[in-house]
Amino acid sequence: MTSLLQRSHPLGKAATQRQQIEGTALRLRFDDALARSGLRPLVATGIETLQINVGKLCNQTCRHCHVDAGPDRRESMPSAVVDACLRALESGGIPKLDITGGAPELHPQFRDIVQRARALGRQVIDRCNLTVLLLPKYDDLPEFLAAHRVQIIASLPAINARQTDAQRGGGVHEGSLVGLRRLNAVGYGRDPELLLHLVTNPVGAFLPANQSALAADWKRELKQRHDIDFNDLYTITNMPISRFLEYLLQSGNYDSYMERLVNAYNPQAAASVMCRTMLSVGWDGTLYDCDFNQMLELTLEAAAPRTIFDFTPERLARRRIVVGNHCFGCTAGAGSSCGGATI
Amino acid sequence: MSQYYDSKDLPRFAEMGTDSPELWEKFNAWYEACFRAGALSEREKALIGLGVAHAVQCPYCIEAYSQACLEKGSDPEQMTEAVHVAAAIRGGASLVHGMQMRNHVHRLSM
Repeated sequence: MTSLLQRSHPLGKAATQRQQIEGTALRLRFDDALARSGLRPLVATGIETLQINVGKLCNQTCRHCHVDAGPDRRESMPSAVVDACLRALESGGIPKLDITGGAPELHPQFRDIVQRARALGRQVIDRCNLTVLLLPKYDDLPEFLAAHRVQIIASLPAINARQTDAQRGGGVHEGSLVGLRRLNAVGYGRDPELLLHLVTNPVGAFLPANQSALAADWKRELKQRHDIDFNDLYTITNMPISRFLEYLLQSGNYDSYMERLVNAYNPQAAASVMCRTMLSVGWDGTLYDCDFNQMLELTLEAAAPRTIFDFTPERLARRRIVVGNHCFGCTAGAGSSCGGATI
Repeated sequence: MSQYYDSKDLPRFAEMGTDSPELWEKFNAWYEACFRAGALSEREKALIGLGVAHAVQCPYCIEAYSQACLEKGSDPEQMTEAVHVAAAIRGGASLVHGMQMRNHVHRLSM
């Protein structure tokens, strides 16, 4: 499998994705759902997390990837943008840096970014696909991450190989277990200062399970079967965009999935969406409300700065969030965010 | 009627309340209470629902509980085992009636 872009698939273009999602006849549009909940316009409440997408290069090509990342992608955050992100982190007093991709560790400045953010006293999150730890040049990553007290959020959709491999590619489950054992070996998931959280996206067109109930099952099973430890489990709803959108359309599940998201709209989850406390930066420095808006190329509202070079916290902290029907993915059921369920 | 079962009928289930709202509400309240977590988890109850759905061979229930099991955190391996349990009970139920056959045969035979 290759990226949508590599295959010149129409969904490789953000505009085509937006047309598909916004052109779908839903019984309720997201904007109207917000209005009914007294949340329109949706407004940010501050910036607690700066999430930087350092590039689309990845050693995996997962079927549900909302970034359309893969080994064939070359977009990578230039050093001038990296510098601007770190300046914003410092000047904005933002407590948390969330590094994502692609596989963020493949960015040539990944370690530099971690070190500089930690030197500023910021909490740093690495969104790790686990198999990157098995690549020859990256086998010292667990020690590096541990030395800098980086919080790891690692992807593992299932505790059985068939489902993990169906979503993330053949052999990924076994590789992920090896990666987890290496992280455990340096203290992750065991030392209270070395946090290792797992993230699971449903392997198909259905909503995630109850986060705490699933976490209890996984802790027991991963310990019994593989002697693997982790801290929390985050359940994340698949967004109907990019390669997951391709899957939904190909499998004939698109309409019923969208209906499921709309029917599961939860006003409490809508009030708690992550974009209200997050600022997302694209590889080229463009600012977005979240990583999903980034992939749909939905930039910030017109009154807000365009790029990280124009970072001004006072014009960003209370900005109006740009929404679309894809946002139903974050408000279904118990809610969904980069930190799992929101309620 | 071109066919007896249509998946589009499943989301219309609530129409059963149209001419008998009181009974429908009572059924709903009881049904929802049954599937709430108690001594058994919601995941375990959904697996039982899936097994029973196969035992009673209700295509609506099979669709609903296949999705429910996935959304409660069960995987296809666990769900397949639940269906085997249902099938084993059904098969065993047939077989154990063989005792009735044997009793009758005993009564009628020399």
